[in-house]
Amino acid sequence: MDISLFSRHSEYAWEIAPHGAMRVPALIYADETLIRDMDLKVYEQVCNVAMLPGIVQASYAMPDAHWGYGFPIGGVAAFDASDGGVVSAGGVGFDISCGVRCLLTGLQADTVMAVQKRLADSLYRDIPAGLGSSGTIHLDSASMNAMLLGGAQWAVQQGYGCDADLERTEERGRMAGARPGCVSDHAKRRQRDEMGTLGSGNHYLEVQKVVQVFDAGAAQAMGLRENEVVVSIHCGSRGLGHQIGTEFLKRMVIAAAQYGITLPDRELACAPIDSPIGEEYLGAMRAGINCALANRQILTHLVRDVFARVLPEAELTLLYDVSHNTCKVEQHVVAGEPRTLHVHRKGATRAFGPGHADLPAAFRATGQPVLIGGSMGTASYVLAGTSAGEALSWSSACHGAGRAMSRHQAHKTWHGRQVIDELAARGILIRSPSGRGVAEEAPGAYKDVAAVVDAADAAGLARKVARLEPLVCVKG
Amino acid sequence: MLPRRVAADVLLTMQVARWEHFPHGADIGVRGYGATREQAFEQAAVALSAVITEPAGISAGGMVRISCQAPDDELLLVDWLNALLYEMATRRWLFARYEVHISGEVLTARAWGEALDSARHRPAVEVKGATYTALRVAQEADGSWIAQCVVDV
Repeated sequence: MDISLFSRHSEYAWEIAPHGAMRVPALIYADETLIRDMDLKVYEQVCNVAMLPGIVQASYAMPDAHWGYGFPIGGVAAFDASDGGVVSAGGVGFDISCGVRCLLTGLQADTVMAVQKRLADSLYRDIPAGLGSSGTIHLDSASMNAMLLGGAQWAVQQGYGCDADLERTEERGRMAGARPGCVSDHAKRRQRDEMGTLGSGNHYLEVQKVVQVFDAGAAQAMGLRENEVVVSIHCGSRGLGHQIGTEFLKRMVIAAAQYGITLPDRELACAPIDSPIGEEYLGAMRAGINCALANRQILTHLVRDVFARVLPEAELTLLYDVSHNTCKVEQHVVAGEPRTLHVHRKGATRAFGPGHADLPAAFRATGQPVLIGGSMGTASYVLAGTSAGEALSWSSACHGAGRAMSRHQAHKTWHGRQVIDELAARGILIRSPSGRGVAEEAPGAYKDVAAVVDAADAAGLARKVARLEPLVCVKG
Repeated sequence: MLPRRVAADVLLTMQVARWEHFPHGADIGVRGYGATREQAFEQAAVALSAVITEPAGISAGGMVRISCQAPDDELLLVDWLNALLYEMATRRWLFARYEVHISGEVLTARAWGEALDSARHRPAVEVKGATYTALRVAQEADGSWIAQCVVDV
């Protein structure tokens, strides 16, 4: 983008003054290179979000922002119900509560590399991935509703994991306020056989090595040590979330007109928070969050089973689980006054700073772990939430590298086999049912995750703790 | 031999009916062209199949009936593609060929395909949903139809 479109607030904050129907300014956090490389659509979308009723303070975009649906991916916006604020199905997206969790193994990289191929093959065999894969769990109507109410807590009660996992999951593994009755039969039908499945697209399971620690104190609190191995899982609410998103997007397009809301883009479909459809969506979306939390919990169990066979000395403990497609009710300070806001994060990670009451005791001093997924050939990062993030972005940070190239272009540029061979030559084993899927997710199709993370750190959104590099990647 | 007028229609159909993908930031667009609105919808659905796998590799041995309803052509296209995604997800099928009829706000269709065989079809991605991005259903100046939108993968 042309940087003359912005007034430069600071070295890493680019402001767009309200114009047209914008109610508040828009702010993009990035360095100059990232902002120049960003699609003009991000500018358009971050401005469109600023036009929605009841938006508070500003419409934000994170350093990994790219062209999304209505909201940019990397968009953050908060709305006040008492000020006519809205909830937007588009502001959460199709993959409700898509997120990342990271498991510590306590193993040295050499130990894992000695059985790398066997581990890769076992994970690929036992973790259902890709289109049409089914889990071993089949939910009847009663257990579906129990799962949608209980989230990861339900999964632990079923024997998939332990209480300690819940302590290290946002919302302690269970999103309150879920209303399974607001989730359609179609959405439930799509999920019946999909619990404990990874999905496809940019979702993955990676075995990673901690290659660098930037903040020794925070890394120690999080259990991250150089040269040790962790496992990261990136996935969401599967078919159930997709169906909820699809259905409410259409219903909110129609409802918005009835509530006199002018939509700058149909993808910004929304309704007043306290309207019947707004409340219904929140109930369904929270059930979708629980589905994603339960799904990642079951996948954790499957990963532990594989490690118990291949590397029985490993004890896999959960570092943390973050969601990056959500709308959550949070308390924030606006102009010195505490207010209750509905914070939408679309492709953005919650990043509470040190001392926040919702953090587990282990992270009270360091801030919330922020898990950033990169591409399969580059790196992932662990960051920590900052105190400054509260005023900058409602305590939010980036979520990944962000795509730099369309799937269409990536498919034309690379062959899956070539990508797999090149990564194997660098010691990274890829396992996927689809060569084309691998080509579309080629590392070169993504932005430089290091630049994104450096910008998030320099802007004060979150601070770098450790860099992780992949050893094994299972792609759907 | 076909009557001349019908033959001309068939010829027009053969020339016009086709599909393609178009790029979108993180995802992919599906676009169908046809001599009629129905045909453009059918071709957009073939483009959707092609996001997942090579349509020529899908056998058209089984048939599923689908119907949906929406207040305008564009919302109807999104509903149609989402109805197909629902059938694919719950039946674990892929579809190769489509026959669409539209009457007022109601679309009825038949879709031919087969059960997904991961080893043979090598599905590249699972499509999460059809979106309102780059959504367009329109009749062009030459009378042909176009139906397109971006799908989230």
